[in-house]
Amino acid sequence: MKKVIMGTETAALAAVLARVQVVAAYPITPQTVTVEELSDYIGKGELDAEYITVESEHSAMAACVGASATGSRAFTATSSQGLALMHEMLHHAAGGRLPIVMLNANRALSPPWNLYCDHTDSLSQRDTGWVQYYCCDVQDVMDSTFIAYRVAEKVMLPVMINLDGFYLTHTSEVIDVPDQEEVDRYLPPYDPVDKVDVDNPSTYGCVCGADLFSSLKYRRQMDTLAVEQAWQEASDEFAARFGRSHAPVQGHNLDDAEVVIVTIGTAGGAAQLAADALRKEGVVAGSLNLAMVRPFPHQSFRQAVSGAKHLVVLDRDVSYGGEGIVAQEIKSCLYGKSSAQVHGFIAGAGGMDITEELLADMTREALGGQKQGLELGDSIWIKVLP
Amino acid sequence: MNSKILKQELLAPGHMGCPGCGASLVMRYVLEVLGPKTMVVMPAGCWPTFVGLYPSTCLRVPVMSVPFATTAMAAAGVRASLNRQGKGDTNVLAWAGDGGTFDIGLQALSGAAEKNTDLIYVCYDNEAYMNTGIQRSSATPPGCWTTTTPASAPKVEPKKNIVEIMAAHRIPYAATASVGYPRDLMEKVEKAKGLKGTRFLHILASCPTGWRHETELTMEVARKAVECRAFPLYEVWDGVRWSLTPMVAKTPVADYLNMQGRFKGMTAPQREVFQTWVNEDWERLREKCGDNQAA
Ligand SMILES: Cc1ncc(C[n+]2csc(CCOP(=O)(O)OP(=O)(O)O)c2C)c(N)n1
Ligand code: SF4
Ligand SMILES: [Mg+2]
Repeated sequence: MKKVIMGTETAALAAVLARVQVVAAYPITPQTVTVEELSDYIGKGELDAEYITVESEHSAMAACVGASATGSRAFTATSSQGLALMHEMLHHAAGGRLPIVMLNANRALSPPWNLYCDHTDSLSQRDTGWVQYYCCDVQDVMDSTFIAYRVAEKVMLPVMINLDGFYLTHTSEVIDVPDQEEVDRYLPPYDPVDKVDVDNPSTYGCVCGADLFSSLKYRRQMDTLAVEQAWQEASDEFAARFGRSHAPVQGHNLDDAEVVIVTIGTAGGAAQLAADALRKEGVVAGSLNLAMVRPFPHQSFRQAVSGAKHLVVLDRDVSYGGEGIVAQEIKSCLYGKSSAQVHGFIAGAGGMDITEELLADMTREALGGQKQGLELGDSIWIKVLP
Repeated sequence: MNSKILKQELLAPGHMGCPGCGASLVMRYVLEVLGPKTMVVMPAGCWPTFVGLYPSTCLRVPVMSVPFATTAMAAAGVRASLNRQGKGDTNVLAWAGDGGTFDIGLQALSGAAEKNTDLIYVCYDNEAYMNTGIQRSSATPPGCWTTTTPASAPKVEPKKNIVEIMAAHRIPYAATASVGYPRDLMEKVEKAKGLKGTRFLHILASCPTGWRHETELTMEVARKAVECRAFPLYEVWDGVRWSLTPMVAKTPVADYLNMQGRFKGMTAPQREVFQTWVNEDWERLREKCGDNQAA
């Protein structure tokens, strides 16, 4: 069924179609519509689930942990300050190997208050052990939610689905909404091998010794690294059923590209247009939408940029004292494996639009053209006051 | 105790707590009433560290250990999940120390109680953060020694009244109990078990390590606290009907204080402050209870 629908509404509808069983969430702009819609779906009986209207995001994740550990499919949604407040619980959910799926609306962290898009909120949680997926459009929000539960429940790890604040949360697009039966065939009910259960009393998360602790970490790393492949397979199967693919790395004209513009989130569209425009000027450009940041999709990324000489990387975030986080990740992925030059640009935070022209200008600068911004450390900052 | 009262014994021998630990006995009595169809959710504190080194456990019921601030809300998630699975008859026991209840877990507890979430919440109160080495909590009585209220910087504030806070949520049942009176404790758990919604039990749990008393005095100290009214026993129904539990005649607080090393350094004026706090709280409680006394 075709439908005109907004990003946050889509997340709620996707949770309904995924037949989530427990929802615990707290409102925050620009995610709020998702929690409002879910209350209404459950209130009207259109979703048979328990809704816990918690008093904070820390509690929202605590409730999801309790629900997931006892064998229910749990969902929550948050953004920036709420995600930061959850930090302790993010570690706990991933360490507990709980397949919770969460929407995060990417928004700036205070101070000063700013409600617009910034990726520092989620990227600064990248070491908590959550799988991180960044949506490029509204259809991606719907589809990746189903893929997320498929992968999460296979590898027993939580997944964070990221939506650019306002650019995606508040944009309406025409999307294809799959039938419930189709979704059910793709996403079977959650039936964990292991759960906290009175018929099989055991402890969950109490104390263990050093050997077991280290071994658990090792297993978790092994299983997290396997997510790249698991997601690719889940995406391939999704594509076979629904005709749409949502791979960890999504390329545009990469086969012969010497220059690749790399973005995460909604900037992927502008990046494609910029690459196309640059080709007309004789620059052999392509673009790459890095949909998955954790685990970093090493194999697919290296392969996708194997022919590139220059990578122009957009960061809507910064690791203070380091550089843009995506640029950092890419350098780490390519170290010793590629001689491509990585050009890091920091732009697009706090409400600054990322346009085709801006990305094309950054690329021109990377190739020796006119300076666009201020150089600082390893990055070039766009549109900042000196 | 064993043969006379306990039939199920869901606490297996071999927990890793200190000898004479009151908190371990509280669990033993509570589970005796709640039975094997109980899920325990507990935050950081002494309990999850002494329940056993994984995969060993001293409890014959499942235990989920969760971050310090989250007990009531993690338990609410468990409750929702069990309800959704048609397991409404499984008890959810949220179990936290005074630190995890009075302090860091208070927000989550209020959130769960305000929605009258169907769970039994037990706060085992040893009047300090014991697991991290005896630091003050807001349940620590005035003048009491802890490592963050040493003689050079004594605690002057009275003990926070957590039951008044819980009563203000108008939950169906709130009560105090002491490990020194197991029969009364278990009767109160029984009453809680018979109700739905948020049920709150504030249970004094003597702690030889933190209170600095002989391990064989665990029960006696916990009884003396009640006798001198430093820890009076009572129940609150629906947040409004207060009723005193019959207790033996009031004894001087000195009898209680002198049994424990933690009160040893108290000056005469500090003892005055302690006595005043006890007297004032006792008068307020008597006013709220009026003639109500549980049979
Ligand atoms: C967020 C957080 N802060 C601090 C700690 C450290 N910590 C662990 S247990 C504890 C004190 C527990 O006190 P209480 O709840 O009274 O339980 P008890 O140790 O007395 O059994 C503290 C401060 C922690 N685990 N998590
Ligand atoms: S410190 Fe106190 S509460 Fe903790 S195990 Fe020892 S006796 Fe029990
Ligand atoms: Mg304590």
